[in-house]
Amino acid sequence: MDTFVQQLINGLNVGAIYALIALGYTMVYGILRLINFAHGDVYMVGAFAGYYIALKLGLAAAPSFMSLLVVLVGSMIVAAIVGMIIERFAYRPVRKYSRMTTLIMAIGVSLLIENLFVARIGAAPRAFPDFLGSQSQPPYHLFGNAAISKAQIIIFLVSIALMLVLQWIVYKTKVGTAMRAVSFNLNSAKLMGINTDAIISLTFAIGSSLAAAGGVLTAQYNPNIDPLMGILTGLKAFVAAVLGGIGNIPGAVLGGLLIGTAETFVVGYGSHVGIASTYRDAVAFAILILVLLLRPSGLLGSTVQEKV
Amino acid sequence: MPTFLKRILGLVIIVVLLVVANAFMSREGLFGFGLPYYYAEILNLTGISIILAVSLNLITGFTGQFSIGHAGFMAVGAYSSVFMTVYYSESLERWLTALVGATVAQSLVFICVIIFGALIAALAGLIVGIPSLRLRGDYLAIVTLGFAEIIRIIILNIDRVGGATGFRGRVPPWDGRPLIPQYANFIWIGGFAILTIVVVRNIVNSDTGRALVSIREDELAAEAMGINTTHYKVLSFVISSAFAGIAGALFGHFRQFLHTNDFQFIRSIEIIIMIVLGGMGSITGAVLGAIVITILPELLRKLPGNLYSYRLVIYSALVIVIMLTRPQGVMGSKEFGLSWLKRPQRRRVGDTAVGEKGVPIAQQPATAAKEIEQGKKHA
Amino acid sequence: MKRTLFALFLITTLLTSFACERRTNGTNGAGTGTITVGYYGDLSGRTSSFGQSTKNGVEMAADEINKAGGINGRTVQIITEDDQGEPNKAATVVTKLINQDKVMALLGEVASSNSLAAAPKAQEAKVPMISPSSTNPAVTQVGDYIFRVCFIDPFQGEVMAKFAANNLKAKKAAILYDFNSDYSRGLYQFFKRSFTSQGGQIVSEQSYTQGDRDFSGQLTAIRSAAPDVIYVPGYYGEVGVISNQTKQLGIKAPLLGGDGWDAPQLWQLGGASLNGNYISNHYSVDDPSPAIKKFVADYKARYNILPDALAALGYDSMKVLGDAIKRAGSTDGAKLRDAIAQTKNFPGVTGTITIDQDRNAVKPAVVLKLQDMKFVYETTISPEGSAPASSSPATGSASTGTAVPAAPAGKAN
Repeated sequence: MDTFVQQLINGLNVGAIYALIALGYTMVYGILRLINFAHGDVYMVGAFAGYYIALKLGLAAAPSFMSLLVVLVGSMIVAAIVGMIIERFAYRPVRKYSRMTTLIMAIGVSLLIENLFVARIGAAPRAFPDFLGSQSQPPYHLFGNAAISKAQIIIFLVSIALMLVLQWIVYKTKVGTAMRAVSFNLNSAKLMGINTDAIISLTFAIGSSLAAAGGVLTAQYNPNIDPLMGILTGLKAFVAAVLGGIGNIPGAVLGGLLIGTAETFVVGYGSHVGIASTYRDAVAFAILILVLLLRPSGLLGSTVQEKV
Repeated sequence: MPTFLKRILGLVIIVVLLVVANAFMSREGLFGFGLPYYYAEILNLTGISIILAVSLNLITGFTGQFSIGHAGFMAVGAYSSVFMTVYYSESLERWLTALVGATVAQSLVFICVIIFGALIAALAGLIVGIPSLRLRGDYLAIVTLGFAEIIRIIILNIDRVGGATGFRGRVPPWDGRPLIPQYANFIWIGGFAILTIVVVRNIVNSDTGRALVSIREDELAAEAMGINTTHYKVLSFVISSAFAGIAGALFGHFRQFLHTNDFQFIRSIEIIIMIVLGGMGSITGAVLGAIVITILPELLRKLPGNLYSYRLVIYSALVIVIMLTRPQGVMGSKEFGLSWLKRPQRRRVGDTAVGEKGVPIAQQPATAAKEIEQGKKHA
Repeated sequence: MKRTLFALFLITTLLTSFACERRTNGTNGAGTGTITVGYYGDLSGRTSSFGQSTKNGVEMAADEINKAGGINGRTVQIITEDDQGEPNKAATVVTKLINQDKVMALLGEVASSNSLAAAPKAQEAKVPMISPSSTNPAVTQVGDYIFRVCFIDPFQGEVMAKFAANNLKAKKAAILYDFNSDYSRGLYQFFKRSFTSQGGQIVSEQSYTQGDRDFSGQLTAIRSAAPDVIYVPGYYGEVGVISNQTKQLGIKAPLLGGDGWDAPQLWQLGGASLNGNYISNHYSVDDPSPAIKKFVADYKARYNILPDALAALGYDSMKVLGDAIKRAGSTDGAKLRDAIAQTKNFPGVTGTITIDQDRNAVKPAVVLKLQDMKFVYETTISPEGSAPASSSPATGSASTGTAVPAAPAGKAN
């Protein structure tokens, strides 16, 4: 039983990070019907932004929750700017072209960011500073062997806080209403006098900052950061967004948590049913395929009637 | 000369050219001269890329279904054909050699394993296609990506074909050839490249091709016009996977080594870039794109020291720039047809050929440029 | 139609006349000018930190050789090519290096899969190739021009299994390996075979991929199997984090590993959680011997970071090559090959290197304990008896699924 609880905690932890990244995917897709392939790389950029901020400000020497907060906010701002730049110079000019063009553009941007980082700073992994003392502090024991570490608790809390803030922005503010309007129908929103370009930029900014938060938080749990860390995580977060219903914000959160837990359980218990842990990455894709075949609108999504 | 004789003559000429080219690229060379091995290798790899690009173009360019899992089908074709060669073909080859001599025997065995690889790849295409082709656009793209990754992970786990070490030949304790024989050379690769182009061109110019294009243009309208879109989509997917399988089989027997690291996501992306660069919906475009994208990274190796590490950055930047400036690709959806050389001269009996704005061509100032301009508009 | 064909014919003839070369039977080795050595590795892909580290070692060694006057008066020039970690590209760049750049010897590759793809080209062209760190036994079996200066998987896996069974008196072991890495899989399979043949029991086998961020699922499963030791034959990037997560889950068993752990980043990632673990390695970066201290200091001065095991192996591969060229007195392929094969007791930074008849390096392995951010010498384990039997064809386990690997022919355990 304690193993089960442990795996559950682990899974939710991993899932919370997927959820943060999935939110960015789902928001951008909701508005532009664009799969932002570069989003996983923004997650990486966020982690590195945090790393360099900590380096420049010498915060590694003074580990504390406050330092983490500073680094978190700093990296979120940097990522927001990066996201807006990508949107303005890469996606906006091709918005009017076919879907394939925007997809290729997204892939091109993703490759550009990855290769730029590798060429500039090398692909060697770096160690993100440990602000929560997770390397030295023992975990809190729950019962039996089940334990939860300080880092995991903080990750949960910060993720939940960010998601609540997002929820508030989207549903309780004017900007949020504008965002939802644009996601329903871009042209009508324009006719209503909404500055759609600004709203789209804002969406990218928010989505990117959430991904960056995911990057910094995950670095607390696993301090290994390298320029290619965003690829697989980004893809799995996309699967999470689709699972929950793309364009649906609570769906992204649900999807993220589910994918994280499913992965962890397959890895942990799979050997009992003959699935080697080597198939871990295949789990996410298998879930994706099943979802798209059985319920393409996702768990919480609604089917959109196609108008002729 | 009757058409079928012309066709046979054409075939013979092509085969002769391929044999000569191959001799030129081989170890002994032609009259003591040869193409540097490095260039020969690039040429062969380009041929394989052409097969991949043209086949992907069939499903993505002409039928409008985004598939970014092409490397997965290539892997299926490569591994299944090489598996056959290494483990099950030795006795057959020996028997045939006794019958018809070594070269013919090898060619026959090779044809068999290529067909086998193509069939397995087509089967994979069927398995992937039937459930996936219900989806549209971006979803289909991600699902095909997912399938390709799953295929790769499955192959990675099969020790009999090398697993994480790679496939060079038999893996003990199973019996078989110690090394993958080099069956593929430029004759085969060039021949199959031409075959792929011809087959795809024939499909595109037929009723099936028109159905495919109609699906690309407006699927609902096509369905309303009575075209069984699912049938055509799956058909196109299966054919394109089969050719990817052929490309894989050729690749495996050329490199004599297979490893799943050569069939990752980035490979599928490379093939997509080839057809986007060349122009989706244009076979010539796919060929051009394949040539450029295969040769470009090698050219970029010539960059001086400090820029060398930036060559992939340059490559990705190029992709972005092309998307910004000419997203329809080099050829758009036009072909390098010979029709635009002919058009201005064609005269229908009883008609005066009419150019733009309804003015008879004969009356317009007949500068060469203008004729080509009109020809282009008609094409 | 005719016009197009004629145009094509013209273009083809023009191109081929520019691009053809005379087919000779000569090899690259002849000549007395600059010694051109080709280095190929992953400089931009997923495993580029390994390729770059090795490249650093190679280049530093070449510079040292040149500063000391070159070899027999000739300077060494390293020509580098990036294969992006793909075996297909590895074969292509090696063709380019041999054919266009006319290199006289090759250094590479780090990953066995890339070495296997490229080695046949070197063998065919009679260009000697020394791999700094490919550990799969199959690499040197490609031909007699292919060498390596590192351990092979069977050896290292056995070393740790022996240490676990004899020194740590472990009866139950769990394994957590990187399933995408041929190196990690090789070590896992040979450790398993050796450990079970000594009476031990493998209680859990889990895997991960390089780049995975979370190992709690696998570690929790391992925890419930209650092993005495956990063998983690992976690379430092993941191992550091694994060690950390192990402690966080309250697992007390020590972790065992191989030379893939050896990198300065290991300490940054794992910190104090690494105390009490053990690895098998060729040497220790904290080794007090003056040669190693000098190597570490020079490397740090030049690249601003401490060397890892790969850099040390890259360095040694170039030095061994240089020594062989000196002894051969020329860079002729066959002579150079013979000279490399005769390398005996060469004092490398990764140990005293002797090349055996299978063209593998014979050097004792040291077992090091990790304590307070340092590798502390624990014990030395020499190769089993004499060099491994030359007829062993094992190219990795032939297992299907989770079946027990078949025993290779003629290898005494």
